[in-house]
Amino acid sequence: MSVSRRSALKAFAAAGGTIATSAVPLRADNEPRSVPADAVGMLYDATRCIGCKACVTACHEANQDLPDTRTPGMELYDAPTELNSRTRNIIKLHRSEYIDSYVKRQCMHCVDPACVGACMLGALQKRDFGIVTWDAPYCIGCRYCQVVCPFNVPAFEWESANPRIVKCELCVHRLREGLEPACCEVCPREAVIFGQYEDLLAEAHSRIVDRPDVYVDRVYGEHEVGGTQVLYLSHVPFEDLGFTRDSTEAVPSLQQSIQHGIYQGFVAPAALYALLGVVMFKNKRTNRVADSEADDE
Amino acid sequence: MNSHLPRALGGKIVTRPYKLLVGLFALAMLLIAWRMVAGLGATTAMNDGYPFGLWIAFDVVTGTALACGGYAMAILIYVFNKGKYHPLIRPAILTSALGYSIAGFSVAIDVGRPWLIWRVPVYGWRWNFNSALLEVALCIMAYVVVLWIELAPAFLEKWRNAPKPRLASIVGKTADRLDRLLPWIVALGVLLPTMHQSSLGTMMLLAGDKLHPLWNTPLLPLEFLVGCILMGYGAVTIESCLGSLLFKRRPETAMLAKLSFAAAVTLWLFVLIRLTDLIVRDQTEAMFAGDLYSTMLWLELCLLLIPGIAYFWPGVRTKIRHLFSGAVLVVLAGAIYRFDTYLVGYNPGNNWSYFPAVPEQLVTLGLVAFEVAAYVLIVKRFPILAGHSRAETA
Repeated sequence: MSVSRRSALKAFAAAGGTIATSAVPLRADNEPRSVPADAVGMLYDATRCIGCKACVTACHEANQDLPDTRTPGMELYDAPTELNSRTRNIIKLHRSEYIDSYVKRQCMHCVDPACVGACMLGALQKRDFGIVTWDAPYCIGCRYCQVVCPFNVPAFEWESANPRIVKCELCVHRLREGLEPACCEVCPREAVIFGQYEDLLAEAHSRIVDRPDVYVDRVYGEHEVGGTQVLYLSHVPFEDLGFTRDSTEAVPSLQQSIQHGIYQGFVAPAALYALLGVVMFKNKRTNRVADSEADDE
Repeated sequence: MNSHLPRALGGKIVTRPYKLLVGLFALAMLLIAWRMVAGLGATTAMNDGYPFGLWIAFDVVTGTALACGGYAMAILIYVFNKGKYHPLIRPAILTSALGYSIAGFSVAIDVGRPWLIWRVPVYGWRWNFNSALLEVALCIMAYVVVLWIELAPAFLEKWRNAPKPRLASIVGKTADRLDRLLPWIVALGVLLPTMHQSSLGTMMLLAGDKLHPLWNTPLLPLEFLVGCILMGYGAVTIESCLGSLLFKRRPETAMLAKLSFAAAVTLWLFVLIRLTDLIVRDQTEAMFAGDLYSTMLWLELCLLLIPGIAYFWPGVRTKIRHLFSGAVLVVLAGAIYRFDTYLVGYNPGNNWSYFPAVPEQLVTLGLVAFEVAAYVLIVKRFPILAGHSRAETA
């Protein structure tokens, strides 16, 4: 018995070794992802927004979402308090000690999105123009995307027996017709503008250079969570607008390097399986010998 | 020597408590029907901030760990070749098979579009290998099948003696073939939980800073793996104690005392990993913050330390009562650890909150009731539990 215990320990040590060594050379796609070449995006400037919510209404129309009249006490109005299954885009007022500010929230279209890393069958993916879109036939409604999104963006149709995941898809259906996203088109103050990602980033930096007294010296989304295709400018600290994510590391990077480390090429599980099989075969045989000896006694 | 062979307990099945269990299950099925028609919003308290609720945190994440008795015993018996524990394996595999089947069923009612679940194993060309959840899903599906195959000999043994000779001969041939394959199936039965139990930990790493630092560690997969083995030993002990009490059998004290050694080693390994990780990641401040999170952490640790330290008193190990309470504490600690990782330590911000709704709780209760009822039915009709040790003269 002690012999086979030793062999079992050996098997485990070997399997552990396999796992450890396969964890060292990480897959190339664990490198920080870069912005897609054809990336488009939006630039929102909190100093320009007057909170008229024309963008919220336009968003509803463009996506044929029902008005959200579910807020208690506000049943006569389309008055969502949070991004939800009828609200892909929302304007919020943030009060702080010195100054109030509006902020627009919608999908940030991360460069390396956590939701895409989470999605089992790739219903959520970065598709044309780097836009994160949802593809119904591949979604079983597990809601793991909601758990992992650092901005709590994907919404689930809780009231439906055949629920969808609802989020801003940057009006990709309008882009295909040569139109802008609805929110950018209707904004009377050009507080939110649409464009090529590179152009928007340059525009954001030039606005800060032109008026350093007004803007916080930071383009939110340039580096945060590994970069987002929607960029923000503000006159109040970004934390006051509810942007509490400071890390520049993409959310999936740690999890994926662990996952890839263990499962790279499926070598470690296969090796572990082979070893387990051998150990058990051996043990079974020795047991049989032991049994027949016991019977002889 | 034949006295250790498993045999059916026999006896009446439909007793009064059994009717209660079936009633609870029927209620759960009604509520599930309502959920299918009215959607998850009407029947649960889950929301966009807390998209994983009781069904995932308890039925799946905690339930499969409680169902790791089969895994933990398989490691001990087949890998470390401790044949003496053999009488414990069949009941453990049965609880595992039931627990994992219930977990799979819970997922099916929890996801928004259950009628598309078949696409997850079938649509191989769509698999996202970055998704820890995909790995969990595929492994659990496969493991449910493996567990029932591992349990098949218990059913075949009964049908082998069927009065119809043709059926008996088919069953006999299947049993022999299965016997030859069994080592490879048992090997799968050790590999699959190793993979998906650790991946259940990996999954929550992707929640990023929504998960409190006391639980958010790169070692989550390792902690989940060691934790489920620990809970597996605990569950086997509890099951054996309750079984001897309920079915008026002689308690398997000597064997459970020996098993408590394996449990103690696993327990201290878990505590050591947990504490070392917290200290290395410099979380001492959060550990003593005095808030909800630090309280939960110390609750986990104290529930483990009590049986962990008590183990060193030899008197404790020989009393079935102490072995039982120790196992309860261990299982409780493991369950709280998993609840903390999936619910308590998870904070999406924005004032979101979640507490399971009554229908949600009743569904979970009903499914547990089903599991107990099915267990009782099977051990009474099929050879699962080892025979009484009174004939120990050989």
